[in-house]
Amino acid sequence: MRKSGSLLGIEQLDPDDINRVLRLARRMHGGRPRPLLRNRRIALLFYEPSTRTRVSFEFAAKALGAITTLVHATASSIEKGETLVDTGLTLRATGADAIVIRHPSSGAPHLLARHVDIPVINAGDGLHEHPTQALLDAYTILRHKKQLRGLHVAIVGDIYHSRVARSNIHLLGKSGAHVVLCGPPGLLPEVAAGLAPNVRITRHIEEALRAADVVMVLRVQKERLAGLPLHMDEYVAGYQVTPERLLLARRDAILMHPGPMIRGAEISGDLADAPASVITEQVANGVCVRMAVLLTALGAAR
Amino acid sequence: MTPKDKSRSASLAIKGGRVIDPVNKIDAEMDLLLREGRVAEVAARNKLRGSADQTFNARGLIVAPGFIDLHVHLREPGQSYKETIATGTAAAAAGGFATVCCMPNTAPVADNAEIIAWITDPARGAVVTVFPIAAATVGSQGERLTDFRALQRAGAVAVTDDGRPILNDDIMRQALATAAQLGIPVVQHAEDTRLTAGCSINEGPTSFRLGLRGMSDSAEAAVVERDTALARSANAHLHVAHVSTAAALKSIRRARRNNLNVTCEVTPHHFTLIDENVGGYDTRFKMNPPLRSAADREALIVALGDGTIDAIASDHAPHARYEKEVEFDRAAFGVTGLETALALAITRLHRENHLQLMRMVELFTAGPARALNLRGRGNLSRGAPADVTIFDPAKRWTFDASKSLSRSRNTPFDGWQLTGKAVATIVGGRFAYRAD
Repeated sequence: MRKSGSLLGIEQLDPDDINRVLRLARRMHGGRPRPLLRNRRIALLFYEPSTRTRVSFEFAAKALGAITTLVHATASSIEKGETLVDTGLTLRATGADAIVIRHPSSGAPHLLARHVDIPVINAGDGLHEHPTQALLDAYTILRHKKQLRGLHVAIVGDIYHSRVARSNIHLLGKSGAHVVLCGPPGLLPEVAAGLAPNVRITRHIEEALRAADVVMVLRVQKERLAGLPLHMDEYVAGYQVTPERLLLARRDAILMHPGPMIRGAEISGDLADAPASVITEQVANGVCVRMAVLLTALGAAR
Repeated sequence: MTPKDKSRSASLAIKGGRVIDPVNKIDAEMDLLLREGRVAEVAARNKLRGSADQTFNARGLIVAPGFIDLHVHLREPGQSYKETIATGTAAAAAGGFATVCCMPNTAPVADNAEIIAWITDPARGAVVTVFPIAAATVGSQGERLTDFRALQRAGAVAVTDDGRPILNDDIMRQALATAAQLGIPVVQHAEDTRLTAGCSINEGPTSFRLGLRGMSDSAEAAVVERDTALARSANAHLHVAHVSTAAALKSIRRARRNNLNVTCEVTPHHFTLIDENVGGYDTRFKMNPPLRSAADREALIVALGDGTIDAIASDHAPHARYEKEVEFDRAAFGVTGLETALALAITRLHRENHLQLMRMVELFTAGPARALNLRGRGNLSRGAPADVTIFDPAKRWTFDASKSLSRSRNTPFDGWQLTGKAVATIVGGRFAYRAD
């Protein structure tokens, strides 16, 4: 992570930065962590609803002895019209040592980081990035696979609207995995292939899944479609990940989903419960990865 | 209206400079005599017949007709926290502009003769000539035409709903037909806003990378295509504001080939920057139309050279800091540009892309005068208004936004090293700006 300690996206990280966080996460996993962040104040600034990200950041911070406070857009001065920059300065003035921000506008964490002199951690910004999700996904993959380099990873679904997809494409691409993106043109523009090295696009799910080591499924974000016509039955016919389609992947392939998951839409009803699924494990791994992120951001990583 | 000033020098000789006057096909070392607000004489070095009270030594400098900026936002009435007519025109003069045309998206909208008269009132303190462009529909709501005749009589030189493009075919047809009867152009900000809701940047690899919704080039080109078809049937003059895409240029070229009265302008930021320059969500690079692709920029530079584009216009759009220091998708569109337009043209077009100075001067003078029918302006013919821009094409300088004469600072060019600078701007025979 950069000098300021902020984690704004995976795009700015190099593979060494990523590996350092993942190694640290491994050390945090399972055991009883020392209170390395005792009495440090971490503000969780959430402009969007969130379950797993918010809870796991909060558990991670508290496990390390930090004090957290949740600032939610609808229950704070934000609702009265305070700007993001002013809210950030207020949090800084009250003694926050770091700000974790979730925001519907792409780039909001960058704006905040330019105006406060404490680490800003991106917990998801608009359609842009969700770096801690990509880190916990990489962590989860590495629990099952020896290394990222050379892995075949299929990412299927609504890639255009997905900050998880962008962060994962950056992380996997720069780590040497082969990434295949699959979705209909409206949810997966051709330019997506240029986001990172080692990325290609296919419109055929069979081609995407064939010999895959990892299959990541993404939700169709109906709330963000903004007039884009999408027929769900056509989507299901063309792109739903089903047990039959998953047979095309390698026998030891793992199935991932960042949640929230809509059973029967992007993924067939019971597939999430199949042996290949590591979906619950992803959620569980969120805590130790976010502990590692907080320690790194606050300069307490050793 | 030309500012009246008691201190106006009765006569001024500008000697020793290189006069470039595209209309009269002059590019030579000549002397110029201004008298009583008019160009009195242009003669070979030391051959002026008349004498002057005052002499300006222009040795090593270029002497051109006063520059004209067809597209500025002066923000008055109603938004003087962004800019005033006095501060905006001071910035214009410092940038070499002797004339500016101001847009009607003020508060209230400049849609009636009283507001047009208020804008041109000398009490506003303009230091360059201001020609208002009036709203084409009441409140720029796109529903009912304004009274074009009354607006023209009050001093408006064109009509537009800039920023709120006229999408309704029938309203646009009526606007073109009515304007044609009066001999004024309809200026259109070409953007199909039905396709660009929530968009804050050009559509392409950069918008995908940043996760920002992108405006397609077809949202611009489709409106230009429709407007040129309507202009043809109404036999009207269409002026396309700040064209930014290769696709729209294609439509404009086709219209020109068919001898339609279609003119257009391009901004310095569009021929200088591309969407990638937005970098890490820097709102100083957010404007509408957005910065486009490298291929679009290349097409604009070609079109500036081959005559497809008539004018360089700044689209000077001042905003307060708090309107820009917000999330990228919520930030106001627009950049200031009056003080950097000439230097960017010299640096990017003349020096880097070898555009002839004669052609560059035309894009700031005769071109815009023709595009908005500003008769008698944009040349140094005898009897023309004594508007003169004197600039140093080789002066190297660094733009410091904190020293801008504009009330706002929202420029992407702060700290840029540029070449070429206005040395003096003369409006109606008197100095509106003079470098130290």
